[in-house]
Amino acid sequence: MLQASRGSAPNLLAVEDLTVTIGRGVSVATILHAVSFDLKAGETLALVGESGSGKSVTALSIMGLLPQEGHVAGGRIMLGDEELLAKSRSELTQIRGSRISMVFQEPMTSLNPVLTIGRQLTEGLQFHRKVSRATADARAVDLLRLVGLTHPERRLKQYPHQLSGGMRQRVMIAMALACEPDLIIADEPTTALDVSIQAQIINLILDIKERLGAAILLITHDLGVVAEMADRIAVLYAGHVVEIANCLQLFDAPLHPYTEGLLAAVPRLDQLVADTPDRPRLAELAGGMPSPGEHPRGCPFTPRCPIAVPRCAVDMPPLSFVDATHSVACWERAPE
Amino acid sequence: MLGTGPRVTGPEPALILDALRKDFPQRGSLFGRAQAHVRAVDDVSFEVGPGETLGLVGESGCGKSTLARMILRMIAPTSGQVLVGGKRVDALLHSEVPAYRRKIQMIFQDPYASLNPRIRAGDLIGEPMAIHNLARGAELRARVADLAAQVGLSSSMLARFPHEFSGGQRQRIAIARALAVSPEIVVADEPVSALDVSVRAQVLNLMADLQAERGLSYLFISHDIGTVAYLSHRVAVMYLGLIVEIGPAREVLRRPRHPYTRLLLEAVPVAHPRLKTHRREVLRGEAPSAGGVSDACPFAPRCPMAQDRCQVERPLPRVLEGHRLVACHFAEDTPDLPKGITS
Repeated sequence: MLQASRGSAPNLLAVEDLTVTIGRGVSVATILHAVSFDLKAGETLALVGESGSGKSVTALSIMGLLPQEGHVAGGRIMLGDEELLAKSRSELTQIRGSRISMVFQEPMTSLNPVLTIGRQLTEGLQFHRKVSRATADARAVDLLRLVGLTHPERRLKQYPHQLSGGMRQRVMIAMALACEPDLIIADEPTTALDVSIQAQIINLILDIKERLGAAILLITHDLGVVAEMADRIAVLYAGHVVEIANCLQLFDAPLHPYTEGLLAAVPRLDQLVADTPDRPRLAELAGGMPSPGEHPRGCPFTPRCPIAVPRCAVDMPPLSFVDATHSVACWERAPE
Repeated sequence: MLGTGPRVTGPEPALILDALRKDFPQRGSLFGRAQAHVRAVDDVSFEVGPGETLGLVGESGCGKSTLARMILRMIAPTSGQVLVGGKRVDALLHSEVPAYRRKIQMIFQDPYASLNPRIRAGDLIGEPMAIHNLARGAELRARVADLAAQVGLSSSMLARFPHEFSGGQRQRIAIARALAVSPEIVVADEPVSALDVSVRAQVLNLMADLQAERGLSYLFISHDIGTVAYLSHRVAVMYLGLIVEIGPAREVLRRPRHPYTRLLLEAVPVAHPRLKTHRREVLRGEAPSAGGVSDACPFAPRCPMAQDRCQVERPLPRVLEGHRLVACHFAEDTPDLPKGITS
């Protein structure tokens, strides 16, 4: 449904009606509800949501790394024309790190503290590309230079604790790039960093994307990072994709009341220092997101929604197109 | 650093920091003698007026939290003084401490770690009043319910334990607890950083409302310049233990004069993709960890404007444009921000 509407380039990644549950028996809770989106080669799609929206679970599902309690209850994940959910564990091992790689939020905890940077960087290359140790080392030096680390030869022999947070995140990005993947999943890649380092990492990812042409699935709660990096945006709320649009469209004319509320809730530096006598008051979204256990029957945003109608409490609206590149799941904003 | 320079004054300040300094000993080995000192906070002076919010911005390791801990008497300054209600807080008599604690309270970053998980919300809010003998029995319960209502919690929630609340609600409990003794000053160290965007706005608005109602003074510490801009009347920018620029929020944020402030603002992600008109100039490298004392300007190694003078002469804070202090030899030459960030 989504791919038909945008250009004719084939999708690199298509997630279709992905439904994921957690727990078993009576305590089972649905955390992703028929999530669909797609991504073309070289494109950056931002998956935006607050904690509990299901954005990280989506990433883990694509990587085949759901925790044991997690269970894919339906849907498909297509990488090119291959169905990832049908792959065996060993087939997935071949894909992970090679065609899809991931940059995690916490470079502190996602690097192995007892292995040298060189060892961690070359492991994937030696495994996936079957290159010699010497070739892998040479490539690792190139990668570290690419991500802007000084003294790359020396870094190979260092351990993660000898590097700063920003340097570790650069190493994570180098690892993700090692096998020149088609898709990089970046899960909050700048959240743990100071603003000045965050700006360096954003510029680095944008540079690398330009040079290598990889597609990026950017997972974040930070609308500023989204404005800087994304081509398209999918907004997640309580396990539902509630809106998908091009970056400018979404910021200029958000349709879903949740997206509107989210954009209005961020203090905007440009407006706060403007010449108006009084500072504009921040818009608030009342209440909070429902937890997966207490998921209501209709649209999960209903209790916080300023424009809800009776139907919203009983029926979940489908994600429907309002124009070729903009779709929204809201009875009021995209009437049937 | 600002202590040696002229001071910008307003009405009778609620909080005064005067040439505050903190050195931490640096040991060569675990049991070794201190071989050197690390200067975490260096000659910091500022005032917070009644009903005013001073926003303190800086990156990790710049000394913001050390500063907060000295103000709250959790650690003693190496030199300099903190005055609350005109009294030096490091020289209080034992009998004067409770009165000081009623004047100044703190809100912490992580509402998951800062509330005792085994105490019910109502008791958490009531505890400070009981400790300070401000109320008891039915009056205490009535005041707790009243405070809870002010921060947007219903009285039916008061019998619950912290784990039954969301992050935003917990931060409301923490705010109610801080306000229980009717303080004049609240030090808030990253109070909304752990909260989701939509909940963050609720807490920021609550803090603004409470300030308007009670005339509270806030020292609002954050690495997030957007939230600082929202609440602050004045802004202080900290780098390696020094206040490098301080002044009215709108002026500092719109037309920063210290090159560090300028680069920090340029690093903030744009609020709207339409504002993304240029490739940003990034702050090179990373802040070195706090070190010893030298004659150079501490920002010189990363400063795009640094000249020979900066390597040999540490800039003293100077009054610029009437209301602000900037510690830079070449503050007049700092280029304006590119369009889009704050204009």
